[in-house]
Amino acid sequence: MNDSALLSRKRCQEILHAAVAAARRAGVEDVEIMLGAGEESLTRFANNQIHQNVSERSRFLSVRTMAGQHTARATTNRVERNGIEAAVEQAIALMRSSEPDPALLPLLGGSEKAGNRRYFAEVAETTPAARAQAVAEAIRLVEGEGQTAAGIYSTASSAEAILNSAGLFRYYDETKSVFSITAMDDASSGWAKASSPHYEPAIPITLAASAARKARLSRNPREIPSGEYTVILEPAAVLDLAGQIFGDFSGTALADQRSFLTDRLGSKLFGDNISIYDDVNHSLQAGAPFDGEGVPRRRLALVERGIPTEVAYSRASAVTAGTEPTGHGFPLPNEGGESPVNIVIAGGATTVDEMIASTNYGILVTRLWYIREVEPYEKVMTGMTRDGTFLVEDGQVVCGIRNLRFNQSVVELLKNVSALSPSVRASGEEAFDMVVPAMKVEGFRFTEVTKF
Amino acid sequence: MRQGVTYADVRVEDIHERHLATKNGRVAGASSSESYGVGIRVLAGGCWGFAATDDLSASGIERAGALAVEIARASALAKRRDTELAPEPVHVADWTSPCTIDPFSTSVEQNLSMLLAVDAELRRHAGVTLAETSMIFTRRRQVFASSAGSVIDQTRTITGAGFSAFSYQGDEIQKRSYPNSFGGQYQLKGYELIDELQMLQHAPRIAEEVVALHKADPCPEGSFDLILDGSQLALQIHESIGHPIELDRVLGSEANYAGMSFLTLDQLNRLRYGSEIVNVVADARLDHGPGLGTFAFDDEGVAAQSTDVIRDGQFTGYMTSRETASAVGENRSNGTMRADGWSHLPLIRMTNVSLEPGGSTLEEVFGGVDQAIYMETNKSWSIDDKRYNFQFGCEAAWEIRNGKRGRMLKNPMYSGISTEFWNSCAAIANRHHWTLWGVPNCGKGQPEQTMGTGHGASPSRFHGVKVGASSHE
Repeated sequence: MNDSALLSRKRCQEILHAAVAAARRAGVEDVEIMLGAGEESLTRFANNQIHQNVSERSRFLSVRTMAGQHTARATTNRVERNGIEAAVEQAIALMRSSEPDPALLPLLGGSEKAGNRRYFAEVAETTPAARAQAVAEAIRLVEGEGQTAAGIYSTASSAEAILNSAGLFRYYDETKSVFSITAMDDASSGWAKASSPHYEPAIPITLAASAARKARLSRNPREIPSGEYTVILEPAAVLDLAGQIFGDFSGTALADQRSFLTDRLGSKLFGDNISIYDDVNHSLQAGAPFDGEGVPRRRLALVERGIPTEVAYSRASAVTAGTEPTGHGFPLPNEGGESPVNIVIAGGATTVDEMIASTNYGILVTRLWYIREVEPYEKVMTGMTRDGTFLVEDGQVVCGIRNLRFNQSVVELLKNVSALSPSVRASGEEAFDMVVPAMKVEGFRFTEVTKF
Repeated sequence: MRQGVTYADVRVEDIHERHLATKNGRVAGASSSESYGVGIRVLAGGCWGFAATDDLSASGIERAGALAVEIARASALAKRRDTELAPEPVHVADWTSPCTIDPFSTSVEQNLSMLLAVDAELRRHAGVTLAETSMIFTRRRQVFASSAGSVIDQTRTITGAGFSAFSYQGDEIQKRSYPNSFGGQYQLKGYELIDELQMLQHAPRIAEEVVALHKADPCPEGSFDLILDGSQLALQIHESIGHPIELDRVLGSEANYAGMSFLTLDQLNRLRYGSEIVNVVADARLDHGPGLGTFAFDDEGVAAQSTDVIRDGQFTGYMTSRETASAVGENRSNGTMRADGWSHLPLIRMTNVSLEPGGSTLEEVFGGVDQAIYMETNKSWSIDDKRYNFQFGCEAAWEIRNGKRGRMLKNPMYSGISTEFWNSCAAIANRHHWTLWGVPNCGKGQPEQTMGTGHGASPSRFHGVKVGASSHE
């Protein structure tokens, strides 16, 4: 097993031993630690030049102590002996002052398990000059179209571990590169973004070309009235909107009666063509294969052929529900319980071009923005289109249009999907990265038009 | 300084936080955290470089400094012009925010006992299906030093608390919160804020209202005179005035993420932003109040100031930085650069962007028209990326007839265009009803930073606003 240079397994064990020793001196036997270390560098550009260029190196140690029905957590980034001991003392002091939790479970036992890692040295070792060079080339392409570019290129590496005094040890490390670009014309814009654990040198220029093309095609946007339209949501827009519902696929949310699945699990809610999974091991996914207590994540069939089937359970909510934990719990103590985090929406076989070709009158949406829930049981969301919204007529993209506000139930949307593309890894700004298809949706509800 | 470096500043920060929460009679959160590190910003070859580290050894700081210079030099590969900074006097100062009761000196038992009492009071009311409470204390000490000679040591203490009750019936989930949604009220104060909020006294009303919402009529649709409570108006100010006046947005720095602004440079001193009674300031001084945007110096060492943003309805000023001030003909930054911690670069952020109190009594605000709709406590908020079109939802509303509160209305929302909305402002309540609200979760920048901002507001009335109900029915 290889270790990240940021955090070695040996160092994890040393810190656990120091924390356990400090706790024992205070008469506390049960200790859990979470450790994290990361480096992120981000080159940001606007107005066709780099204007912010940053790098951050950070670590954290989070200690949870437990005695009887009492638990509490203290977090620090002083990961040397004094800092470790102070964090343990702080957690114990908080724990002893805290009220008992009758639902608290003993620490999860276990041993070290080998897991998949998604760590690629070429990403971790990307230099400021290499990022700047890639950015400069992307800017040149956009500028060549007579447009203005803004965006980011970031590269990051991180390692995390969870260990406890009952023998549990989980460790994961990964790298991530993200490129995002907005190309702006006089009265229009286009956007593209991608993220990957790998280093993919062609991505910046490919995305720059895509953003510039969208800005060019949406010049002189036309205003069309609000109303119900057939829409083609590109994968980032699907992620933005569908991503708002997955916090409700939680045993704790069901127990709290704050989930839209309350009294609906097992009932037909969406179309037959909608199947959704949570799968950390999917080839296009990322993230640690264990949860905030160290439980391995298992694949969940969240929705199968339109029927919400499974939800995530932490250890505590699983006991309440009389089932097994799924490996999606948040670090304890917490209010939210658990959530799926590795969403995969099953795709279809229709390309976006084919969706356009089959549309008499509709709207093609690149991305959505500022999405907020306005009604929690039907999951009605409001938000705006942004950076590339087009009118489709008689099977062709005919022009850009002014951006629109929507008020749309996600439950209704997933009933009205008439076509899906193959699924891809998508990255947006309104939800975490997911594996999703583009969707053609009937009867999408736009309620207002803005001024650009 | 290394060769070619024309300016540098460092911020060493030591941040401590305590967070407590309850849910349905149980402790749902009991945690503390601390974070300690340094951010180094350099200007070399006319370009910025920034590196941050939690390794405060001499070698760790040396490595971070060298990396900041390397990054600045790489930035020159895509440079249009040299960055130049507006002058700022050298400051050597110590400043600590006022704090009557140190919140970290209060016991966790005391904190939880109060929260659990509120939690129990909410659940005493039949129909409440979920009760949540929370309390948070933050202390941040920051030492800023610049190559120009400034050395500024500031310590700020922030306290926040609030609670929410939920009710699930049939196919409807309703929510009521006090004193505000999304965690409650946050101010630059100590534990005295908790005492002032009197949360336990308000719990029965909130519990009663959340259950009553199920039987309330949906908010009617149409054009109405709309009265907003101060907390909702604070968020309205934040979204439709605070963000548009950030000069970095105007100049395009946020185009890829947070967006730009309809307040293009040609609008300054020309745009009629609001009606003649609308006066808005961006004020970071302690004189303005204990807001989340109150400090003595910003994160590039510029002294706190008050800037007129809207005066008698006319747009008069942006929030600026040392780098951007010259774009609007100013020779000094008005001091709004802030970072959310040592690891991030300072950006132009809202300080306390506040609507000044008006001249109306509360009776005049509510009774000035025959019929109106009064909305209270934010539930949802959304605005386009140039800040024209907004839509807000609130937790509850009431019909107002001849100044009297009538039937309750559920799922209220309203929408509009920023300047049209502020030009419809017809009455603003006076200073007796003015509160400096804290918005703790303002996101901006890449990597994203979360900042607390302050917004003073009093209940106000707006004419002819598009109102509706957010229900799916």
